[in-house]
Amino acid sequence: MPWRLLRFALSDKHPEPRMFTRHDALKPAYDVVIIGGGGHGLAAAYYLARDHGITNVCVLEKGYLGGGNTGRNTTIIRSNYLTPEGVKFYDESVRLWQDLSTDFDLNLFYSNRGHFTLAHTDAALRTSRWRAEVNKHFGIESEVVGPEVVKQAAPMIDLSCGGHAPILGALYHAPGAVARHDAVAWGYGRGADLRGVEIHQRTEVLGIDVAGGKVTGVRTNRGNISTGKVLCAVAGSTPRVLDMVGIRSPIYIHPLQAMVSEPVKPWLDPILVSGSLHVYISQSARGELVMGASLDPYEVQSTRSTFDFPEGLSSHMLDMFPFLSNVKVMRQWAGMADMTPDFAPIMGRTPVEGFYLDGGWGTWGFKATPVCGKTMSYTVAHDRNHDLITGFTLDRFRNFELTGEKGAASVGH
Amino acid sequence: MRLPPQSGEWIIRSKPLGFRFEGREYAGFEGDTVASALWAGGVHVLGHSFKYHRPRGILSAANHDVNALMQAGGTPNVRADATPLQAGMALTAVNTFGTLERDAGRFLGWFARFLPVGFYYKAFHSKRLFPLWERMFRAMTGLGRVDFATPRLRTPKRYGFCDVLVVGAGPSGLSAALAAAEQGADVALVDENARLGGSTHGASELIKQVVAHPRIRIFTDTYAAGYYADHWVPLVEPGRITKMRARAVVVAAGAYEQPAVFRNNDLPGIMLASAAQRMIRRYAIRPAQRVVVLAANADAYRALQDFIEAGIEVAAVIDLRDAVPTEQAAVLAERGIPLHAGHVITEALPAKGDKRVAGVRIAAVATREASAEIACDGVFMSVGWAPAAPLLYQAGTKMRYDDGVQQFVPDTLPDGVFACGRVNGIHTPSARLLDGERAGSAAAAYCGCGAAKPVVVPAETASPTHPWPIVPHPKGKNFIDFDEDLQLADLENAIQEGFDNIELMKRYSTVGMGPSQGKHSNMNALRVLARATGSTPGAVGTTTARPFFHPVPMSHLAGRGFTPERRTPMHARHAAAGALWMPAGAWQRPEYYAVAGLSRSDCIHGEVKAVRNGVGLIDVGTLGKLEIRGPQAAEFLERVYISKYAGLKVGMTRYAVMCDEAGVVIDDGVVARLADDHFYFTTTTSGAALIYRELSRWNTLWKLDCGIVNLTGAMAAMNLAGPKARAVLAGLTDVDLSFPYLAVREGTVAGVPARLLRVGFVGEWGVEIHVPAEHGAAVWDALMAAGQAHGIRPFGVEAQRLLRLEKGHIIIGQDTDGLTTPGEAALDWAVKMDKPFFVGQRSLMAIAAKPRRQQLVGFMLPAGHAGEAPKECHLVIENGEITGRVTSVAWSPTLARHIGLAYVQPDRAQAGSQFSIRLTDGAMVIAEVVRTPFYDPDNLRQKEAA
Repeated sequence: MPWRLLRFALSDKHPEPRMFTRHDALKPAYDVVIIGGGGHGLAAAYYLARDHGITNVCVLEKGYLGGGNTGRNTTIIRSNYLTPEGVKFYDESVRLWQDLSTDFDLNLFYSNRGHFTLAHTDAALRTSRWRAEVNKHFGIESEVVGPEVVKQAAPMIDLSCGGHAPILGALYHAPGAVARHDAVAWGYGRGADLRGVEIHQRTEVLGIDVAGGKVTGVRTNRGNISTGKVLCAVAGSTPRVLDMVGIRSPIYIHPLQAMVSEPVKPWLDPILVSGSLHVYISQSARGELVMGASLDPYEVQSTRSTFDFPEGLSSHMLDMFPFLSNVKVMRQWAGMADMTPDFAPIMGRTPVEGFYLDGGWGTWGFKATPVCGKTMSYTVAHDRNHDLITGFTLDRFRNFELTGEKGAASVGH
Repeated sequence: MRLPPQSGEWIIRSKPLGFRFEGREYAGFEGDTVASALWAGGVHVLGHSFKYHRPRGILSAANHDVNALMQAGGTPNVRADATPLQAGMALTAVNTFGTLERDAGRFLGWFARFLPVGFYYKAFHSKRLFPLWERMFRAMTGLGRVDFATPRLRTPKRYGFCDVLVVGAGPSGLSAALAAAEQGADVALVDENARLGGSTHGASELIKQVVAHPRIRIFTDTYAAGYYADHWVPLVEPGRITKMRARAVVVAAGAYEQPAVFRNNDLPGIMLASAAQRMIRRYAIRPAQRVVVLAANADAYRALQDFIEAGIEVAAVIDLRDAVPTEQAAVLAERGIPLHAGHVITEALPAKGDKRVAGVRIAAVATREASAEIACDGVFMSVGWAPAAPLLYQAGTKMRYDDGVQQFVPDTLPDGVFACGRVNGIHTPSARLLDGERAGSAAAAYCGCGAAKPVVVPAETASPTHPWPIVPHPKGKNFIDFDEDLQLADLENAIQEGFDNIELMKRYSTVGMGPSQGKHSNMNALRVLARATGSTPGAVGTTTARPFFHPVPMSHLAGRGFTPERRTPMHARHAAAGALWMPAGAWQRPEYYAVAGLSRSDCIHGEVKAVRNGVGLIDVGTLGKLEIRGPQAAEFLERVYISKYAGLKVGMTRYAVMCDEAGVVIDDGVVARLADDHFYFTTTTSGAALIYRELSRWNTLWKLDCGIVNLTGAMAAMNLAGPKARAVLAGLTDVDLSFPYLAVREGTVAGVPARLLRVGFVGEWGVEIHVPAEHGAAVWDALMAAGQAHGIRPFGVEAQRLLRLEKGHIIIGQDTDGLTTPGEAALDWAVKMDKPFFVGQRSLMAIAAKPRRQQLVGFMLPAGHAGEAPKECHLVIENGEITGRVTSVAWSPTLARHIGLAYVQPDRAQAGSQFSIRLTDGAMVIAEVVRTPFYDPDNLRQKEAA
């Protein structure tokens, strides 16, 4: 039993302060307004205050902290991407992740479990090799392994996958990890709050004022704010916020669903992903199987669940793990993924001066949370795109300098 | 010990069943649940709690008793309170270390003070030690154990349809079903219990009418797992799912009785009054001998009748209300039962070992001063209800908090969704019947059956639910969430730490996240939050109610696991010829044909040689095969492909490349013009379904005067190629084989109507023969027979890949990726920018203005290259940087060299340039750029006239 829990036993009152200060009103002006109180927005606020000394910052959140995709993803963290831009970026993110619990003094349950992307076809095996070679080039642990290695890591798997999708090999990424997603938002939120950032929940942005091509203010349901800098980090709501400043983007919104089983005793250590079967799975510290699949194939701005999702995913789960037949699915949910044509995010400065975008994260924003905070805070503070994000700027679509991450998407999209 | 037979009891005393729990033998009856049989057998500790491993018994007996989860052989997390007893069951409690009797986890309770809410966020995270702690956590968490020997269960599914789906067969649901059916609607009535009637008892007149009604289908032992768009409700039955599409849904799901919160409210023997009633009426069990009833509503006094009839001594009634209505008080006075109005239970007193409640300590609400201790072995709680509203929430119902009944009730219901009974805030038994009639009639009317009856439902005059059934205690152990072992202080502390939003409180404290999904904890949790923040339950609101209502087994969701495999008409021929299969999407294709005694590569090389020197036949029936007709068919093709087709002569074919809007190559094939307004064209095997869908979308969007038909499955196709191919075909067809390269002819082959396309994919004289699928095998046989004299061999996908590589032809998806433009793939010649429009044109225009990123080139390894050859996707490295990659590579038996395709920097693309390829082990291999085709550079062999 760690000693630090002793104070709870010895104290009559719960010896913990509020993590997030309550602010009754918005101030009339801030140096920076961050729209979106998810992991990305809060991380940017945290690093703005910690690394750049900019503390007159407010984070506006329509709902509650981490209630968007931060709290809806399947918490996988990895850096085995396909493009040099992606690999460098996510590698930095993984590095930050590893120290985050210590930075926050908050246990994020950052758990290094190893990540297998299963290949069921020779085409998938080819792509695995491509990713492995690019990853190794940048010093990232990533290799193509045979089915026997998969069997060793998950001895109970049916390597034939029900006989119709035999596992031919896998891309193995040792640093693959999971973390407690909500706690990431809380950790960044608390850290930002301690440094003077104001976090306003239940505060909806209704409009953004732009004059002469520059941001001048933000209108909310709780009053208007004047500011010269706005960072937009709102995932599935990105197109709606971009409309407020008149910026066009190629982002389109697809639902991404997930589900979780009742807790069972831990039996699965690694994270497994199968592109052909559209499955990703890990087992949480609570014993729940956390399962996801590919994007819904249609565009819709909704977080409603559909029944074909647990049907199809369960079927593929049982292909891999037939013995889960009696395990019950407890809950399903959905998030809105802001997809871009090249599956890479859109980050950095925009044609509107003082308006910065952190969006287009599609299905994998969670793992980028720390590095997004780092790079976007730099970009906002210096009004200059951070070196790590120059491949992700909005103008790449106009200039046809796409950053092709399609091949690295966990499952078929 | 059972009570004398109860009228309408569920157990069948003539059918005793033996089973084992924790290694001991017990007996119950058919009709028992596991929990009822155990309780009757004197077992009151059914499991240990999640965090502190406290003994727990029956709380709800209504499928929410997560502390009574059991392992039944290989099945984890069986709910003892809802699972029918079966003979020979072998059960154990899930959350123990060792046995339930000697659970090594019991010590965790002693550390409760060290384990405040979210304790695991506050420690254990030193980088060095976390992995150790984590291992410990993982060892302690989880409930049941997965049995790896469990076979895949294949559970059927079916589709169902009805006018009105009624969820819940309590009084209001029965009444709704009958009203709707009487009006002419086809009704499906669903209840999770084994019998109709809900919380009422026995076979009422209403049940008889419902059972007898020809338009009502009854699903018992079935739960509605969730509500999905357009009244789509999966009904989970014991061995099946029925996916019910209703025209209207009546939610009559009732309410969950809610526990009161006081110290030790989790001791075995403390249960909801409705649970005690179920045990008495259904299973003829006296759940306790001497009880204290904790009351706050009329339901408590109605239940009292049952308790007394069952011979239970009611030591006292503690009523949270200051003023107990006289007719309720009179029930007690008659029987001499003491009533403590305006009192609460502050604490339950445990018997030795916490295995049973031994008494309660009570106090006046106003003063909180302890006024008495009452000995008892049971506490029955009837203090309020929470609506079973998940389906209503999922349907998009706006709910509001009604202070009159202290619960959320529907405010605005979506079209076609109706609610009645307790879930609608109607609790008085007679009013529930009326409310059901109203809703059932309205639902039938919504479906066009009759008119909605104007039924007046009297409002409740007193709240059945107490607004604050919660008693703080300095020593805690007053549980709000039994799944997750959360005490009142845990929630208060979470709020203090800033988690003062209902969703944040849930996520931080985990309240409502257990297997019961907060059915007995969410209401009290939100009351705690409302009080702590000076708000109201209505303003605090609820968390999102996601599917499922009860957890659903994966086998049910997966169904039979239908994974169709597509086979071409010639499948059996390939199998007979020794084909080794490879999947190509849903298709199975011959990878190569095994020859006894030869290695894989020898077999493949043998097939290659047959094509180069004699004749070969490959099944290409998996290609997408589409037909387009109409005056604007040519216009359509002009728009979707990068080349031109308007000018294509009738009787000719042309290679066709498709791009997406970003100018990325996504598919290729051959377009054949059969008439001015009639084209037949192919797509890649993997792209067939997607391209057809995409083309249909474009066609819908553009509204051109043409129609597309997908003939992929309707046509068989085979490619006959090689210097002797013409001789093989000549005797089988009426087509004059002198037709030119890239032409198309219609005629017969082996007496079957056929389309013949002169193509050159493998680089020899060849014809792709397309025939109706049903004749595919016959034509194949005829060609093989005719070819015998010429040494014909069937060849597989691997040989074809090699043959096309020798010709430098690309395979979309292998030699291209998600960003490849036609120019990069050396397809510039196919792009006709001078067309008015094609998909991707604008992007290609922008791309053309920029320096090229990379270029696909052919390469060879030096003659006599020893060592390892590169593999596909090995990287091209220049000055330590990635500049490209190998996309195809193989040993060419024809050229006796390693040949391949690779992306390189454009300035390295000229023939003769050299570049380096890095192998997996880091070794570098030098390759030389070679002009393609590698084989027969001027394509003389395929063009050869007949």
